[in-house]
Amino acid sequence: MTDIHPDADFQRFLAEDRFMIQRSRASGQYVFYPRTIAPGTGARDLEWVEASGLGTVYSTTVVRKKPQEPSYNVALIDLAEGPRMMSRVEGIAPDAVQIGMAVRARIVSQDGEPIVVFELAEADRNG
Amino acid sequence: MAESFPRGRTAIVGAATAGLGKSPGFEASDLAALATMAALDQVGLGLEDVDGLFFCHGTDTLGGLSFAQYLGIQPKVIDNSRTGGSAFQCYVELAAWLLDAGAIDTALIAYGSNQATASGKHVSTVQPMRYEAPYRPINPVSSYALAAARHMHQFGTTKAQLGEVAVAARGWAAFNPEAFKRDPLSLDDYLGSRLVSDPLSVLDCCLVTDGAAAVVMTRADRARSLSAKPVYVMGAASETTHREISWMPDLAVTGAARSGARAYAQAGVSAHEIDVVQLYDAFTINTILFLEDLGFCPKGEGGRFVEGGRIAPGGALPVNTNGGGLSCAHPGMYGLLAIVEAVRQLKGEAPGQQIADVELALAHGNGGVLSSQATVILGRDAAL
Repeated sequence: MTDIHPDADFQRFLAEDRFMIQRSRASGQYVFYPRTIAPGTGARDLEWVEASGLGTVYSTTVVRKKPQEPSYNVALIDLAEGPRMMSRVEGIAPDAVQIGMAVRARIVSQDGEPIVVFELAEADRNG
Repeated sequence: MAESFPRGRTAIVGAATAGLGKSPGFEASDLAALATMAALDQVGLGLEDVDGLFFCHGTDTLGGLSFAQYLGIQPKVIDNSRTGGSAFQCYVELAAWLLDAGAIDTALIAYGSNQATASGKHVSTVQPMRYEAPYRPINPVSSYALAAARHMHQFGTTKAQLGEVAVAARGWAAFNPEAFKRDPLSLDDYLGSRLVSDPLSVLDCCLVTDGAAAVVMTRADRARSLSAKPVYVMGAASETTHREISWMPDLAVTGAARSGARAYAQAGVSAHEIDVVQLYDAFTINTILFLEDLGFCPKGEGGRFVEGGRIAPGGALPVNTNGGGLSCAHPGMYGLLAIVEAVRQLKGEAPGQQIADVELALAHGNGGVLSSQATVILGRDAAL
């Protein structure tokens, strides 16, 4: 067995304001979403490592709601470590998000749960 | 190991639809049963002949068992595996092997849905994915939108080119009495339609209809004694690349590139020999991606390829000649309707525009969010 409990661990890290992904000790392959084994190789040597939080927009869409509800961005982000994840880019208009933009992760609370979102990498996240 | 697909050794002998559009007062299995009997009647077979049942249901995960019970049969083989809307192309692939091996003698592939009158929207048992759900994509449309955005970025594909696909589908539907949407559609109408998930608008999305279809397959020798026009299964191959769009390796290249290449190799034909093309057009971007991945044009050229009405009635390449999922019908899963239209074109019995001298047809299925791809190549005796 393994002492990795993929989703429970990931969510616990997020609650501690840490964006953690997995890495195979032998190959250095990074893995997201969290698993008990490395996809493709089956390696059972995954360890948790802190993500750099840096990424690039791979694709983007705007979900258009009825007029009284705000539209919002949905994007696929290529993490600097390699894996891709769905998220959204905040801090600019949803339709201003463009493929290729450099973005940086931050953890926000949504409906009481911490989630990873992204903002433009140039922006001062403390500003 | 080289593939030894039983090329031309099995055939579709019956193919029918039932209740396309709106069919109030019917359950999914009611409509599937009507399509089943219509397909069996075409060749004088009865339910007692069916010893292989391939069926899936929108919400009943044991739907194959339920439908066998409804029909009052106890088949040797039941497959109700789910790959999304491509399941039916996968069923043809599996049925060909099982028939050729002698495991079964008569395969019934059937589907039905009452989603439009039951709920008015796409019905699905699909569970939201833990690592996508917080971002609230409207699936499936947002996933296809992400693929379309990527295609536009990489290849310069335009919104108007997506529109050409929608307008072409409507053009074919106008000839087809079975089609649900037959009123004229112009490119201007298309460009004015409301965005749902950029860059896709309402008119980039398939219909939500009721409907059912069924096909009957058997070995080629028996097919010739049952039907004057057997439609031979020349090749059938499927591929799966991912489940959610976040894990699709390359949003601009689908598994159709591999399923198509394998099916062509099995059949011993190439794209330029295909006379009519049926592609699973859940969204306009599908048609463009599949035209590229199945070799009808180079990668990245799909948008320019469909310009000028090339895939519309009167164009150089007849695509989705029934009106497709965009304008004919889309009862939750469309794959079997693509097969039925291919069979009808080969038999010279299309309800809409019949293409002259069809010897080879391709019916391509898509499941999930570009996740499962399955290609079936069908031919008349002249193609054997």
